[in-house]
Amino acid sequence: MSTQVTEQETETEEQSSHQRRRLEEKAERAASRDRMRERAENDLDEADTTFTLKVFRYDPEIPEKEEPRFDTFEVPFTKGMTVLDSLMYARDHYDSSLTFRHSCRQAVCGSDALFVNGTQHLGCKTQVVDLGDDGGVPGEIRVEPLPHQEVVKDLVVDMEHFYDQMEAVEPYFDADELPDGMEEQRQTRENREKIKMSSRCIWCGACMSSCNVAAGNNEYLGPAAINKAYKFAMDEREGENRKQERLEIIEQEHGVWRCQTQFSCTEVCPKDIPLTEHIQELKREAVKNNLKFW
Amino acid sequence: MYEHDVIVVGAGGAGLRAAIAAHEEGADVALVSKLHPVRSHTGAAEGGINAALRDGDDWTDHAYDTMKGSDYLGDAPAIETLCETSPEEVIQLEHWGMPFSREDDGRVSQRPFGGLSFPRTTYAGAETGHHLLHTMYEQVVKRGIKVYDEFYVMDLAVTDEPDPEDRECHGCVAYDIKSGDVVGFEATNGVVLATGGDGQAFDHTTNAVANTGDGPAMAYRAGAPVEDMEFVQFHPTTLPSTGVLISEGVRGEGGILYNAEGERFMFEGGYANNAGELASRDVVSRAELTEVNEGRGVEDEYVYLDMRHLGEERITDRLENILHLAEDFEGVDGLTEPMPVKPGQHYHMGGIETNEHGETCVSGLYAAGECACVSVHGSNRLGGNALPELIVFGARAGYHAAGRDYGEALVETGPSVAIEHEDDLGAPVEPGALGPADEDVAADGGEAAPDGGELLNPSATVERTAERCRQRVEELKSREGRNHAEIRQKLQKAMTRWVNVFREEEGLKKALEVIKECREEYRNVAVSDPSSTYNTDLIHTIETRNLIDVAETMTLSALARNEFRGAHWRKEHQKRKDDEWLKHTMVQWSDGSPEIYYTDVILEGAEKAYEPKVRSY
Repeated sequence: MSTQVTEQETETEEQSSHQRRRLEEKAERAASRDRMRERAENDLDEADTTFTLKVFRYDPEIPEKEEPRFDTFEVPFTKGMTVLDSLMYARDHYDSSLTFRHSCRQAVCGSDALFVNGTQHLGCKTQVVDLGDDGGVPGEIRVEPLPHQEVVKDLVVDMEHFYDQMEAVEPYFDADELPDGMEEQRQTRENREKIKMSSRCIWCGACMSSCNVAAGNNEYLGPAAINKAYKFAMDEREGENRKQERLEIIEQEHGVWRCQTQFSCTEVCPKDIPLTEHIQELKREAVKNNLKFW
Repeated sequence: MYEHDVIVVGAGGAGLRAAIAAHEEGADVALVSKLHPVRSHTGAAEGGINAALRDGDDWTDHAYDTMKGSDYLGDAPAIETLCETSPEEVIQLEHWGMPFSREDDGRVSQRPFGGLSFPRTTYAGAETGHHLLHTMYEQVVKRGIKVYDEFYVMDLAVTDEPDPEDRECHGCVAYDIKSGDVVGFEATNGVVLATGGDGQAFDHTTNAVANTGDGPAMAYRAGAPVEDMEFVQFHPTTLPSTGVLISEGVRGEGGILYNAEGERFMFEGGYANNAGELASRDVVSRAELTEVNEGRGVEDEYVYLDMRHLGEERITDRLENILHLAEDFEGVDGLTEPMPVKPGQHYHMGGIETNEHGETCVSGLYAAGECACVSVHGSNRLGGNALPELIVFGARAGYHAAGRDYGEALVETGPSVAIEHEDDLGAPVEPGALGPADEDVAADGGEAAPDGGELLNPSATVERTAERCRQRVEELKSREGRNHAEIRQKLQKAMTRWVNVFREEEGLKKALEVIKECREEYRNVAVSDPSSTYNTDLIHTIETRNLIDVAETMTLSALARNEFRGAHWRKEHQKRKDDEWLKHTMVQWSDGSPEIYYTDVILEGAEKAYEPKVRSY
């Protein structure tokens, strides 16, 4: 009997220490949240200007987020603030579950293409003041995930289709012939200049998201992949045989001929790549090429 | 559980190169990365790749410059391997189609960089890293190498012997960011860590948000020592508001630094009478901060970098990307205005101790790139030497892990090569783990058999580590507690205030106290997002623990080194002390306690010995 009693006592003690621990954790959490909010309140008081960040929210797993909705966050404006900065501010001060991709903060990793006030933008290179009238701070900024892509959660979209299209154009340098050993391939400055803009692509997916044709036809290669093909097809180092193969790929049913030259991709490209021009030029190359064999 | 011969963690420059090498050697290799490969921060590198390619240049000159730049703290066998192999690696990139800038004769262009005796920095505009990253990812696609992207590696699966040199790494465990599953990866041949930098330990950095020192922290907790962690490079030209990098290429092409009084202070202030703006990065960063501290800064914060005199044609041809960065992130037109710049954390010379084959002292565990310390940069890295390090040592680690025989390494690793132990650091608080509550991630080494007896087989080692990681995820998500962001910001502020360009004993001690507070607060950390779909709250929370560990090793090492060498400036110790300090600082996690010891620097090269000289530019 006595053994049993001891066990029960220990159990009760364990239970109450567990409960105490839970209560402490809860208090810690509340205090932490209060401190972050307090800091935000201070920031808001001190800031000359604030704006409302209206963000799309969705999480298939969380009951209150299953139905897509918009949340709003009041953000204090600081000089040079970007849309990405404001998202990070909201996440770190109001809601740590606010989810978006980002990494380099300098427009090179291509993680944070977003739909900002109805247009595709990179969050990190879009200044808040550029969204207001006459360089002022706007009252509200609306941020949504890239359209025409499946939403994974909040501002994160599924990029798999985009990556598949990039891979479909055999996106790797593959010269007909390579010089021996330490000899480099020669390339003229003009030719390097010709492929320069196409080589700047950061795979952000803004162009694909803006394209009406891609939205209606899931098999269309899309501007980014065609631009990738352009980079190799126009590179004089690869050689004529490979170029021939490349033209065949982009000329297929869902290739360059689907483009309706609406220029929306070119307009939204954060790296200023003349995507539509590149597509048009490949169309011309394809025609010339077909005439050659005619 | 997944199984491959070689698992590469991280898919930036070093990781991609390692994977291609392992594949070429015939191994079944997989890349596991928390980012899709093209999102890696190698893409932000601007300047170029040092390689002795041309007549009049020689790899031995590159080696000499690198040793001098390191302030005689690089290991000669590693430096010579770097400089001798860099040319063939650069030509390899050219053969893979990397769009280098070109000369009139069609050959790849090279330009001058700080600390170099020959213009050997091979470049592709001011976007060299972007092109290097994409070119190598293209080759990974071509070879059909398996990539697990958006898989966050949480821990290494390592055996549990008391001596780290007896331990074996059998794989790692990753959190699948999209699904929330915790999965084991068994590596039959080896794990290559290529996780990049740890600049997020500071609050003004050129590093990406993802650069959280995951590799060094995991290897350190598995028992592999970290080396020369006090040596952190602060780049002299970063934009004040964001920390965005302005390439050294601007100064390489002739850009000039002015203070608020319009003085060309690098010359007029006597900081570098010969090299001026092209002195080594540590020299220029200190010069800028001295100007600001003495009241000659603009708005008491920064100085000006002026490239207007180079003319629009040259700027657009060679530095066009800089115009975009200055415009987008600072609202300045580099063609008509000088650009504001100040020093910012940029690169970590220190890292996981490896030999020149990329091996750590833990069998089957490799490291390459910024997360490693082989050591080629010593106390200061020269501009243009990071990218060759990625490709040279990434390739070697990949080949070696896949079975290529490089013979005996000249650089030795592990605690057995210690020449002395630090027993009088004078730290104000006890560093390291706080005790049992910390043990979820503080496993010393790794996994013992449940009865403490016979060792587990490799798969069981991975599975047990995975089980521990699953519990950790569950606990972080189920309990209530403090948000990690608060702790991370506190850590970053302390590091930027006290472990920055200028360091004093009192400040370093204060930093250790704050780090200890961060550890205590982290005991109560919790993830408030309960979702298993793309839970970035969880990822960032785990990263913050890694940052605490690496920040502590940086600060302990900085306190230990009582001299001024390279990037490590100490107020109380204004001289380089070769008699006492020609040695590497090592920190090793031993039963949750950081042990500091020293190892010899190797100044004996294959053909000659490098004599320490006064480093002036």
